[in-house]
Amino acid sequence: MIKIGVLGLQGAIREHIQSIEACGAEAIVIKHKEQLDEADGLILPGGESTTMRKLIDKYDFMRSLKEFAESGKPMFGTCAGLILLAKNIIGYDEPHIGVMDVKVERNSFGRQKESFEADLDIAGVAEDFQAVFIRAPHIVQAGENVEILAKHKERIVAAREGNILGCSFHPELTDDHRLTAYFIDMVKEAKK
Amino acid sequence: MKTGTDRVKRGMAEMQKGGVIMDVVNAEQARIAEDAGAVAVMALERVPSDIRAAGGVARMADPRIVEDVMNAVTIPVMAKARIGHIVEARVLEAMGVDYIDESEVLTPADEEYHLNKREYTVPFVCGCRDLGEAARRIGEGAAMLRTKGEPGTGNIVEAVRHIRKVNAQVRKVAGMNEDELMTEAKLLGAPYELLVEIKHLGRLPVVNFAAGGVATPADAALMMQLGADGVFVGSGIFKSENPAKFARAIVEATTHYQDYKLIAELSKELGTPMKGIEISSLAPEARMQERGW
Repeated sequence: MIKIGVLGLQGAIREHIQSIEACGAEAIVIKHKEQLDEADGLILPGGESTTMRKLIDKYDFMRSLKEFAESGKPMFGTCAGLILLAKNIIGYDEPHIGVMDVKVERNSFGRQKESFEADLDIAGVAEDFQAVFIRAPHIVQAGENVEILAKHKERIVAAREGNILGCSFHPELTDDHRLTAYFIDMVKEAKK
Repeated sequence: MKTGTDRVKRGMAEMQKGGVIMDVVNAEQARIAEDAGAVAVMALERVPSDIRAAGGVARMADPRIVEDVMNAVTIPVMAKARIGHIVEARVLEAMGVDYIDESEVLTPADEEYHLNKREYTVPFVCGCRDLGEAARRIGEGAAMLRTKGEPGTGNIVEAVRHIRKVNAQVRKVAGMNEDELMTEAKLLGAPYELLVEIKHLGRLPVVNFAAGGVATPADAALMMQLGADGVFVGSGIFKSENPAKFARAIVEATTHYQDYKLIAELSKELGTPMKGIEISSLAPEARMQERGW
């Protein structure tokens, strides 16, 4: 059975676990880096990216996370998770994990009162995906090997580069599990 | 495209789960909190223990302080409005604050009605001591809850009482027969539809943080263990001897609330925590948790 880890340092962990289980895969909360070996794929949940980064450093997760990506096991970052994956972050000299060839801007739609829901057409996933954006980032620039999966008002909000998937919004906050299922298919493919 | 929906408001609080929200009174404290790994800060003019000491009427903070804090950090900024004070809440919303705490720490502006929080685009957090209070606040549109505890005392006993009470009542409702829910709604003073929802979910439909008396890393971990989704720390951090160290320790203890060896390590030589107040020594009118209805 496919086993998907959810980085369990802070944020919407429970929702991702439920979504993975609803797709028929096994889910584990990753609180220690040693647990990464057990997982076939990893989700970096929404939350506060600054907080998650502090905890990643504190518990010496960084090298293990980079190795996880290099080994070809798929990773999926939602909102704060996308920021952790990006190679470039506007206003920052250094990336976090830095394994996806995109440039992102944090809180790029504004503060909380500008947070919103919108219907998205996500290539290969769904034409009517209800997406929840909360103080969301967006992808300002994508490298040539990055496949753009969805845009909202001309801004890139979902993309894939090989085994790395990222989105600005929170698929875990609705009962629509199609994007999670798409990621699980990526994991199945990678495991073959 | 829709803003201010329940999903967007409640979702914002979901993203704060497992984290610590810290009271700050200026930009410098806000930066210390962000560096320590806080998921959000609460911008205030005075922390609760100073509000107690100062006495008099406690109001919304000077907008300048809120603005300074908003400019200093990239994490979300919350601010407090008085219970029922429509204009303070609208002012904070207009300023772009990310979350408003309709708070009993401030002197209530209305002794009968809370804000109709559904009318706002900005989400609200409110205090509760039991499921009736929690459900009334959700009914009014609160997108996040916290225990009331007894703010500014550095004494965890009331927050423990409140989280245990709410969670025990949620378990009771979850186990009840649907036939019994209307009477339970009447007894609790809770909206019936919400009890039906709680029964089906087996939990509250919004996140519930601990607040009011968290003074040490062990206190924060205790509240997590009792089922809190995260922790507010008010006076505890910046009333301690070494705020930066203290703040980091609270964040770590909240993340790894069951790792007792780690909590032992990070509790070492933290310096003196805030002094604290024995609740029974408080005059009834000095108990902030009695505010709100």
